[in-house]
Amino acid sequence: MSKRIDVSDLNVYYGDFLAVEDVNINLEAKSVTAFIGPSGCGKSTFLRTLNRMHEVIPGARVEGKVLLDGDNLYADGVDPVTVRSQIGMVFQRPNPFPTMSIRDNVLAGVKLNSRRMPKSDADDLVEKSLRGANLWNEVKDRLEKPGSGLSGGQQQRLCIARAIAVSPDVILMDEPCSALDPISTLAIEDLINELKDEYTVVIVTHNMQQAARVSDKTAFFNIAGTGKPGKLIEFADTTTIFNNPGEKSTEDYVSGRFG
Amino acid sequence: MSTTKLIPKAGAGQAASGRTGDKVFSGAALTAGALIVAVLFAVALFLIVQALPTFSAAAADITGGKGFFSYIFPIVVGTLIAATIALLIATPIGVAVALFISHYAPRSLARGLGYVVDLLAAIPSVVYGAWGASFLASNLKVPYQWLAENLGWIPIFGGPASGTGKTILTAGIVLAVMVLPIIASLTREIFLQAPMLHQEAALALGATRWEMIRMAVLPFARGGIISAVMLGLGRALGETMAVALVLSSGPLIASLIRSGNQTIAAEIALDFPEAFGLRMHELIAAGLVLFLITLAVNMVARWIINRHKEFSGAN
Repeated sequence: MSKRIDVSDLNVYYGDFLAVEDVNINLEAKSVTAFIGPSGCGKSTFLRTLNRMHEVIPGARVEGKVLLDGDNLYADGVDPVTVRSQIGMVFQRPNPFPTMSIRDNVLAGVKLNSRRMPKSDADDLVEKSLRGANLWNEVKDRLEKPGSGLSGGQQQRLCIARAIAVSPDVILMDEPCSALDPISTLAIEDLINELKDEYTVVIVTHNMQQAARVSDKTAFFNIAGTGKPGKLIEFADTTTIFNNPGEKSTEDYVSGRFG
Repeated sequence: MSTTKLIPKAGAGQAASGRTGDKVFSGAALTAGALIVAVLFAVALFLIVQALPTFSAAAADITGGKGFFSYIFPIVVGTLIAATIALLIATPIGVAVALFISHYAPRSLARGLGYVVDLLAAIPSVVYGAWGASFLASNLKVPYQWLAENLGWIPIFGGPASGTGKTILTAGIVLAVMVLPIIASLTREIFLQAPMLHQEAALALGATRWEMIRMAVLPFARGGIISAVMLGLGRALGETMAVALVLSSGPLIASLIRSGNQTIAAEIALDFPEAFGLRMHELIAAGLVLFLITLAVNMVARWIINRHKEFSGAN
């Protein structure tokens, strides 16, 4: 399953401080969208508002609409818990649960929703998810070992397996490769390419080559100065953003003249 | 001639003084470490030497007239009963209070509550004892009668209930109140240290706050909770004044709501001022037993914590 996301007139505040101003963007189903931009421009903050994870940060709040296939995530009575079970997230630093085995890590999200699951079904799901994250062959003989014993790249793929095990509609990735070496990064990028066959993927990255390699569309965020809100400057096909951007600041950023 | 040398001559300024600092520090650390072992060893030695006459004395000369084991057994059991009651009450409440402060309460409230809990630990034990004896005991008389009438078929609630309320259950409850701040403040610190990374991971999977706590906070805090409970247990086992004031002691009985039972620490405190000769050695032997129990409890706790080292997240 995958669904599209339509954001209209979204403002994000930290307390009284306007962090991200007036974002309108449409993210297609079964595509990869990359968010690029300098540090502090609000792209990670904005990403978190797509599954209401910003609510974990004290004082953060949102005005505007985020529609998941037409359903507003911020409508009255919508439980953020439900939202997050439909829109999964992968974080900057790999964060498998250290107290759980590899197998239990993959099943962590599923066990929240359906308490009891026959062992054979669970085994199948573990294999399917780990295969989906290109990790099965590396860990199939040590599923009962702790997830924290894996390498950083393997841990990150374990986190992706954990996210896809609950069959979300959308997967958000917040700089998923920034803590990884080039080879692990390549493995994750290959994986992102496969994931878009089934999921809507949104990825925040600092690495412009990465955005160019993995995404179909790219959104460029920028900030006018410290204390000013971040804004969505330009959103277009990735090839357009990198070869023929419509805005001067986008061109300056992607060509490396600033940022 | 080269001007830089890999190995400076002895006393050659900067490098040598840095090394002196290292030596002083490692010496100080070693002394401090050794001191702890030495003190522990000295205490153990004192207890053993002073307790020895008890073990060589004739059985008839020991209090009760049937040897040291039949003297010590009832008060060991009494001590364990009181400490168990205290932990059964204080552990769930303490952990719940800590979780409320760390993960549920709004920030402003959490800080105030934290102070209040810490203040509880600062109240002298004799005050707790006085409160337990004069207020709590008399208020528990009626509940105890009810327990004896309705649940009297369970041996621990066997009647007739104490007319004063000064029972081992009351002592256990007072101990629970005393142990509560230890458990609550230590576990709160552990809960606050639970990595945000893993809490966010749980939330992003669609966990509710309670599910997040069960997935990412409690497993992380497991060792810390056990340590906190063991520290609380140490206090409950060794607490003297509160028990001495609250409990109207007597022989070992199963019922928790009748007068009776005694703990080692209270027995020593109440009898020591008038003890001489063999009786004094007897009480020191009781102290030795208490010391061994505490030691065993701590070793078991370490073993429990180490058993799950692989999954502790420390690697």
